[in-house]
Amino acid sequence: MKAGYVRRFSPVERLLHWVNALGFFFLLATGLILYLPSLSILVARRQLIQSMHFWAGVGWLAALAIVVALGFRRLLRTARELESFDGDDLRWLRGGKAPQGKFNAGQKINAALTAAFTLLFGLSGLLLWFGEHDTRLRFASTVILHDGLMYVSLSLLVGHLDLALIHPTTRHALRGMTVGTVSEEWAHRHHGKWKPEPQ
Amino acid sequence: MDASPVTPEPQPEPRRYGRGIFLATVAGGVSSLYWGKAAWSQVSGVVSPVAGAIAPILPTSGWRIYTVASTMPVFDPATWRLKIGGMVAHPQELSYDALRALPQASQVSDFHCVTGWTVNGVHWGGVRFKDLLDAAQPSAGAHALQFVSAEQPYVDYLTLEQAMLPDVLLAWEMDGQPLRQEHGAPVRVVIPDMYGYKNTKWVAEINLVPSPEVGYWEQYGYDNDAWVGRSNGYGT
Repeated sequence: MKAGYVRRFSPVERLLHWVNALGFFFLLATGLILYLPSLSILVARRQLIQSMHFWAGVGWLAALAIVVALGFRRLLRTARELESFDGDDLRWLRGGKAPQGKFNAGQKINAALTAAFTLLFGLSGLLLWFGEHDTRLRFASTVILHDGLMYVSLSLLVGHLDLALIHPTTRHALRGMTVGTVSEEWAHRHHGKWKPEPQ
Repeated sequence: MDASPVTPEPQPEPRRYGRGIFLATVAGGVSSLYWGKAAWSQVSGVVSPVAGAIAPILPTSGWRIYTVASTMPVFDPATWRLKIGGMVAHPQELSYDALRALPQASQVSDFHCVTGWTVNGVHWGGVRFKDLLDAAQPSAGAHALQFVSAEQPYVDYLTLEQAMLPDVLLAWEMDGQPLRQEHGAPVRVVIPDMYGYKNTKWVAEINLVPSPEVGYWEQYGYDNDAWVGRSNGYGT
């Protein structure tokens, strides 16, 4: 590791992130073709796109499950960190200056929502697919849940991409998710209470 | 009095709010299977105009384009003919102009898809089936209509009684414009009381038959009589 840099994300954490990202973008692209009339007309072949979307969704959930199984202990530790909010987190959320741990409170909320959305996307997707031929699995609101999740997660994604790619003070964080390390100085400034593990 | 000892600012124990957010979101999402559509119809009237103003690509009209073949039928006014046949005294072949010369009816009705989405207040223009079938003269034994779509192999059926309901049309106009390709140009069936799969698009042939047979989606288990809210597992 370069001097002045600290380890932020392990390989399995980065793998989970990028598997999730890749799956999300593929599902977003095929899903929009099914959803937006302008794209449906342009691409046509609805049956093919629908199968691609479904099987990509199944593959996405399976790949996520495999990565979680591979790095269970490590990821469990990360999840514990992500779910716990202390007094500083609550102050930070109210707009106050408060030192943050490895994850700031916004990242923690984003992680909880992303995990919940993944589960709900999977559930509503399965209901849409199997409900097409089985009335017991058909709910009038499944399609609204699936579409609503798309809109909300797309909004979260826009914010996420802005912070990771554009916003000058935060975009250094992307390095943690690609190379795995961030500069010690940046870590200290943004995650003052975080004590990186010794390598 | 003694000076009271300085107490540090209380720092509550870390709490697992993240787990709470996760569980609450999952619970809200799952329960929305029961309240989502009702809630959406409450807010969509407010949301749609805003969305329409900011992003023309958003499907603010609410339509989704469902097809079963790899390409959509192309309408050529010069060569297109609507065939009316089967159990009729006088089989017909109507050109687009001849069809549009028939008495025109118009209506505003809601369109419901069996998968759960709805488009409210669609303006339709077309011909009532009574006026359409007059010249052909269905024979006494004919109790149903077979709609053969130019999008193969799509086919569906209505009983004559259903087709004669007062708000059933063979439509060539939608929202004041000629029916667009993705909505079934040049003509589609409109039966608002039934789910979209009974509203056959790209109608090329109408045949009078003794009784309804199994249509395209019906072969996959969808109901023959697709009454909105009273079929296909809804409201039963």
